[in-house]
Amino acid sequence: MPADSPAAPPGGGAAASPAIHTVELTKRFGSTVALAGLTMTVPRGEIFGFLGPNGAGKTTAVKLLLGLLRPTSGEGWLLGQRVGDLATRRRIGYLPELFRYQAWLSAREVLALHCELAPLPRSRWKEAIDGALNIVGLADRASSRVGTFSKGMQQRLGLGAALLGEPELVFLDEPTSALDPIGRHDVRRIIREMAERGTAVFLNSHLLSEVEQVCDRVAVVDHGRVIASGTMQDLLSGSAVRVRVSGLDGQLAKLEAFGPVDDEGEHLTFTKLGPERVPDLVSEIVKLGGRVYEVVPRHQNLEDRFLQLLHEDEPK
Amino acid sequence: MAPVLVVARLTVQEASRRRLLLALVILTLIVVGFSAWGFHKITELAQAGEAQLISSQLLIVVTFMFSGVLALSAAVVAGPLISSEVESGLLLAVLARPVRRSEIVIGKWLGLAVLVAIYAGAAGLLEMLAVDWATGYVPPHPIQLIVYVAVEGLALLSLGLVLSTRLSGITGGVIALVAWLMGWIGGVVGGFGAALQNDAVENIGIISRLILPSDGLWRGAVFAMEPDAVLAQLRLGGTLARANPFAAVDPPPIAFLAWVAVWFATMLALSIWSFRTREI
Repeated sequence: MPADSPAAPPGGGAAASPAIHTVELTKRFGSTVALAGLTMTVPRGEIFGFLGPNGAGKTTAVKLLLGLLRPTSGEGWLLGQRVGDLATRRRIGYLPELFRYQAWLSAREVLALHCELAPLPRSRWKEAIDGALNIVGLADRASSRVGTFSKGMQQRLGLGAALLGEPELVFLDEPTSALDPIGRHDVRRIIREMAERGTAVFLNSHLLSEVEQVCDRVAVVDHGRVIASGTMQDLLSGSAVRVRVSGLDGQLAKLEAFGPVDDEGEHLTFTKLGPERVPDLVSEIVKLGGRVYEVVPRHQNLEDRFLQLLHEDEPK
Repeated sequence: MAPVLVVARLTVQEASRRRLLLALVILTLIVVGFSAWGFHKITELAQAGEAQLISSQLLIVVTFMFSGVLALSAAVVAGPLISSEVESGLLLAVLARPVRRSEIVIGKWLGLAVLVAIYAGAAGLLEMLAVDWATGYVPPHPIQLIVYVAVEGLALLSLGLVLSTRLSGITGGVIALVAWLMGWIGGVVGGFGAALQNDAVENIGIISRLILPSDGLWRGAVFAMEPDAVLAQLRLGGTLARANPFAAVDPPPIAFLAWVAVWFATMLALSIWSFRTREI
């Protein structure tokens, strides 16, 4: 997130303005705070990962930006226009987390409906629909009723609908939740291709490896607040140490001096630990009666960083 | 095509593809066939001069069934019209397009209204043709009859739609159903009030017609089916005739018809406001 974020999108010229800009966007449902003052800027043409555990406020943020929910306070702009502006929605695509399409229509008819609502000029429909069907791999099922589709196929169809008309900004809310590994791979490819064409992609996900592989920039959200944000490089500059160890039953707390640890039974990952502290760590484990089989220092990956951030965010 | 018309077209398309229309057409043909046979039989058995009276009374009862089917179908279909699509997530992708929520509400109302009007027109026409064929009887105001029955269906559709913006489909449908029945009973009770010349009881009927004008519209349909001879008899009967739920001594007053127009506008405005302020 650039430190010099202005309160309103700079310039006002549509082309110069960021894809998304929010200032203190807040949403409460009764006494529950779903989003607590989201301030962020997503540049044009970038793939932006919005990460967080379940219930962190990710979907709420997307719905606020799309005008499906009204903010309790704060402001937001999409493509230089205030959130809720009807004309801006012509330039936006959206795949909801809860994706469902008209079961009584064929895949082609669903896409035609979205072309009509977008709206695209009728002369471009065929090309846009065929293109979308090909990209998401549904060309051979174009005439089948959506009601006969598996969840994965419906999610592909939703992705196809979001891509129609080459939007300038696309919101994908957990876009691979129903997909198999091949489908996930396809989605990563589609996202990269969109970014190459200049589309900004806002990717809501809790699948960290997916985000790590495609995103230029991420924000980590927890309990409705952004707890970290930056480019992938900024975020993953630290290192981690993975240890295979036995005989430490119940004594993990005594290793807290080495920072947050991800306990996976035999494998412990110290998610924020420099390689220079490996000898100290090993001697401490041995002192506690542990037996060390393997020590692998490595660059922090997104999962390490994510767990570290959530650990730091826990109320002490 | 304007978004409101796209939504209307989609609503008609859904009813047709889900075979709702087919089911209604088949059931209607069966009912029309049976009633044609029944009318034919009765006129064979009736004595000379009674056939028209019996036919007119029987047509009122058959029309009550048709208007009931239409009103209940409209309520049951309108109940989940918006709520089910909110619950399933179907509307999320649509509302992210440059479509106003008012366009969704009006489009859905329009689509279903077209179906209600077509059903009322087609079923009414078929039934009247069948009766004409079987007995030679044609009600005195056939077009008004169809219009009143259609508008009664539209009233239930509008009520169902308002409920659908906030309540689940089943709840909204059931409330609309009960409201229709209570409206009818309210009209019957009010009729007794008129017959017994008790203002307080008569007001129950008036108030229930103001809340839901379905019974008032039904009486309009009844009036359109009453030949002069029947009307003359009813008027001879004095106020007591007003207690009969299958009779109407007078046509609906202009003030009531004006209220019906205001009522429809209010229901649509309420639906739009309710859906616009709903968080999805």
